[in-house]
This record gives sequence, structure tokens and C-alpha cells, in this order.
Amino acid sequence: MNRSAKWLVPTFYILFLMLPIYWLVSMSFKTTNEILGVFSLWPQEFTLENYRKIFTDPTWYNGYINSLIYVVINTVISVAVALPAAYAFSRYRFLGDKHLFFWLLTNRMAPPAVFALPFFQLYSATGLFDTHIAVALAHCLFNIPLAVWILEGFMSGVPKELDETAYLDGYSFWRFFIRIFIPTIAAGIGVAMFFCFMYSWVELLLAKTLTSVNAKPIAATMTRTASTSGYELGLLAAAGTLTIIPGAFVIYFVRNYIARGFALGRV
Amino acid sequence: MAIELKGVSKKVGADTHIYPTDLRLEKDAFNVLLGTTLSGKTTLLRLMAGLEPPGEGEIWFNGENVTGVPVQKRSVSMVYQQFINYPNFTVYDNIASPLKVQGVSKSETRQRVEAMASLLKLDPFLGRHPAELSGGQQQRIAIARALVKNSSLVLLDEPLANLDYKLREELRDEMPKLFADSGATVVYTTTEPLEALMLGGFTATLHEGAVSQYGPTTSCYRNPLNLISAKVFSDPPINTAQVDKRGDRFYLDDTVSWIAPAKIRGLRDQTYTVGFRPHHLTLNDQKSETVQIQGTVEVAELSGSETVVHLNVRGNNWVSESSGIHPFDIGQQTDVYMQIAHCMYFDQDQMMVQN
Repeated sequence: MNRSAKWLVPTFYILFLMLPIYWLVSMSFKTTNEILGVFSLWPQEFTLENYRKIFTDPTWYNGYINSLIYVVINTVISVAVALPAAYAFSRYRFLGDKHLFFWLLTNRMAPPAVFALPFFQLYSATGLFDTHIAVALAHCLFNIPLAVWILEGFMSGVPKELDETAYLDGYSFWRFFIRIFIPTIAAGIGVAMFFCFMYSWVELLLAKTLTSVNAKPIAATMTRTASTSGYELGLLAAAGTLTIIPGAFVIYFVRNYIARGFALGRV
Repeated sequence: MAIELKGVSKKVGADTHIYPTDLRLEKDAFNVLLGTTLSGKTTLLRLMAGLEPPGEGEIWFNGENVTGVPVQKRSVSMVYQQFINYPNFTVYDNIASPLKVQGVSKSETRQRVEAMASLLKLDPFLGRHPAELSGGQQQRIAIARALVKNSSLVLLDEPLANLDYKLREELRDEMPKLFADSGATVVYTTTEPLEALMLGGFTATLHEGAVSQYGPTTSCYRNPLNLISAKVFSDPPINTAQVDKRGDRFYLDDTVSWIAPAKIRGLRDQTYTVGFRPHHLTLNDQKSETVQIQGTVEVAELSGSETVVHLNVRGNNWVSESSGIHPFDIGQQTDVYMQIAHCMYFDQDQMMVQN
């Protein structure tokens, strides 16, 4: 096979992958009239009006703020809870440890829709409905097992002799855990946080069901396609573009560690 | 500062890792635990360190029962076969870490760490991280950290096993010197008889979770208490055969026999096991008294200056080790000479008979 043919397949593949993203970005700089009226490969009338609207209209930018708040709360809770749990699974043998470890995964096997009704009822009854913490806690159901699995893989890669050496040096458990162990598995924590962030950021159903106004996420805002001024496709495209950015940003920082996570077979 | 195990045993599930053991390791000395893999060396070390509680029995240190004392409160340090260092700390912080936890002042810490680093030739690397250094240097960090806190018990679990040949020899030569002035009781495990002999001090031979002998290294080597100790403390493996004692002679079979040494000539006539090391079975006749036997060559290994031949001699698989290069064909018949002055005799309980 000659040189140019070798590049042909990857080039087509990348074009195929990038096409919808390009189309989204291109639409975000068009007016709704242009989107509906003519077929154009790039904006004929370049406009930033869509973005201006999102950054000035509270119903739009609050969506981003709400999403970021519950995503961050969820990521912090998930990793904080998963750290000691993963440590226990990786270091101790106890009755039913393997079953419990597997059972954690089964939480991820059910579609979120299954839990929408019980969560809605529970949060309505306890006054948590339409709060950021409600969505964050609901997402923990899926994210804590994931974080435990990822962290356990990284922790099992650290020999238990490291723990013992620290104890022999006189470290107490917590001093060892915070000063030595957590820095040692920092890459794993990064990967776990990334996956918690990603899941919580893209999850729509629970976030939409458990909120109405005060904690309404951006994904829910985006699902209203029509407003009083008719279809606002350019605006939606701009919102979509902005929604991709945090994910791309986070991926850039953990790109080196993710490969390790995949190598461990846990991601 | 002796460590003493009193009736210590350890079971994991249904497997016995250590059979009830009484062992008193000498103070201020280099003690070697010699045994094959899975003989229980590491378990014994972990019991001494307090990393695992014994199933039964007590561990005494300096005349004090330390059985239930947590490791943090003991004066113990340990070096593992894997190179264990804190990956996020620099070499300096790695060595300083036990002192930091003890609350030693900054200036004293600096002084002790630097002294230890120069002793272990780590001074150029104090600002680097362990992962940037070679395996030998990483293990030196671990040894430095074990030594810097002046603990009274230092445990070394096959510390040189993962190093390449050159580094291993270099570090092995330094090892007894490093510990000579520390005043600590040192316990060192190894699978290699040669290493035990080179390190000197005292040796305990371990076999399948039981200590078969403990004493000064050379006397363990020369006078094994029983066949097991003799086997553990011999590389290549010791040659054995069943011999019948009739009157004042030992008979390998009807055609090969030799006169019993004067000291054991009076023993009861029965079947004994004779054991002798491979370098006492040579390809050429020696000045000392020998017995000539013919055998079939099965494998011949030539090293730079030695020839090791595996032979079948009257149904026994023996190994002969001679100096010089002697090429052999497989299946070839050859004469070997057994030095009877170096034979050890074991009775039917596998105990060595006095000679």
C-alpha cells in the first residue's frame, strides 16, 4: 500500500467524527434564518448574537452555573467516599468482599430511568426537590461504584509493603494515607474525578426530573427548542458548543492518566 | 538485644505457614534465614516485625514480650525484596521520613541523613525522586531509611534478589560493614547458601515452615544437624545415597564399599543415608582417600573454570563439581572419585550421626 492510501482511512474516520461537531459550531455563528433558509457550509452572516444572549440571559447562564454546582458537589462526594472504600477493597480480605465489590457494579447496570420515580418521591417528601444537592446525591448512586472500581485498580497497583514501610517508620494510618498514599495514587484520583465529572455533566434524565427552576441544569434548558420568538436553532447550537467545552477542558488535563486507567482495565 | 520466638506458629486458613518454632536470634549479630522459596522466611520476618500476629506463641525482644505491640511502637525497620520507597518524596525526604515522624530536630535530621547518604553513596541524588534512579540505588535508599533511625531490629527480606549480578555482589560485600557498628540485631533472608556463607554471622536453616538448625554459619555448613539442613545448605544440591553398614564397612552395593571412619565404626549395622557435597565428588583422583565409582553422564555444564556433571551412579542422581574444563557427551561412562573423609552419615530419622 502506498503512503497516501495509508492516511486515507484515518482521515475519513476523523472527518466523519468531527463533522457533527463542526456543524454545531458553524450553526452557533449563524442566524436562525440562515440555518432554516439556506444550506451553507460556513456562516454567510457571521454573528456572535447567540453567545451574547446566553451570557446575558439568566435563564441560560444559570443553567451552566447550576450544572457546575451539582457536578462539583457530586465529584467531591463520590471521590471522598470512594477513597476509603477502595482502600478497604484493595487491602483487606473480609467476608463477602468479592460479592460486595461486584454488587457495586450492578448499580450501574440499571438505567437511570428506573431510579427517577423513587428519587422524585423521596426528595419531594424530604424537601430536597429542586436543590443542587439532590441531583448530586442522585448521581452518587452511579458515580461512587465507578470511582471505587477505578481507585481500587490504582490502589492495588501500589504494593502493600509501602503501607507497611510507613507503619514501620512510625506513621499512623491517617498520616500515611494523606501524606503518602493519596499522592502516590494521584493519577487514579484524577481519572476517577474525570469520570464522575463526565457522567454527572452529561446525565439528563435524573437532573431534569429532580429539578424545576432553582437547580435546572443546562441540558434541561437546551431541550426547550421553541420559545416565544419561535425556533432558536442558532442559540441552541451556541449552548451546545459551550456545553462541550468543560468536558474537552477536563479531558485535556487527565489525558495522560486515562491511558493508565484503560491499561488497568477499570475504565 | 536478642529477639526470641517462643512457640510461635502461623496458619493461614488450612495452610500451616510456620510450625511451632522456638528460636533465639543472637544480639548485635548478622543472622541469616536460609531456605527455599515458600519455606516461610518472609512469614517469619513479618512475625518478628509485628506486621502479622502469630497464631500461637509469643515474641520477646530485649526481655520484653512484644507480641501485641503495634509496629509503630516497636524499634523495627525492614527492607523488602521489591524496592519500596515513597514515590512522591525526594531521596532526602525518603531517608528523613522516619526521623520526621519521630520529631527529630531539622539540623540533626540533616546531619544524620547526609551521613547515611554518603555511607550508601547516595549523596549526588538527594534531590531526585526514587523512580529516576536505578534499581540498586533505589534499594540503597530503602536500606538507608532502615538504618537512619537506629532501630534495634533490622529485617532484610531478600534485599538483593531483584538486583542484577554485579550490583548484588557489590552490595552484598558492603552489607555486613553497614550493620557492623549499628548495634542492631540484623535478620537477613536468602535462598542462596553461598550468600549465607559470604555474609557470615549466624544462620538458621528453614524448610517447609520449620527451623531445622540455628548456629554460627560455618558450623551449620560443616555440621548439619540433619539431612534437611544439609540439603537446604548446599548448592548445587547435596548428593545422597542409601548405604548398608556391615561390620566396619559401608556398602553402596555389593561391589562398592569403603571403610567407616573410626568414630562411627561402632554404630549399629543398618541402612544409613550418606551425604556429600558435589565438590567432594570429582572427576580426577584426589590426594585424600577416595572411592572410585563409574557413572553415566546425564548433563554436563561447563562454566568458565568449573565443570558440573549430573550423573547416574547405581540408580542415584549425583552431581559432581570439579575445577577445570572437561567436555562430556551425554550417555558417556566416566569414573568419579568420592572423597570419603567428607561424607556425612544420617540415621533412619535423618539425624546426622556423630563423627
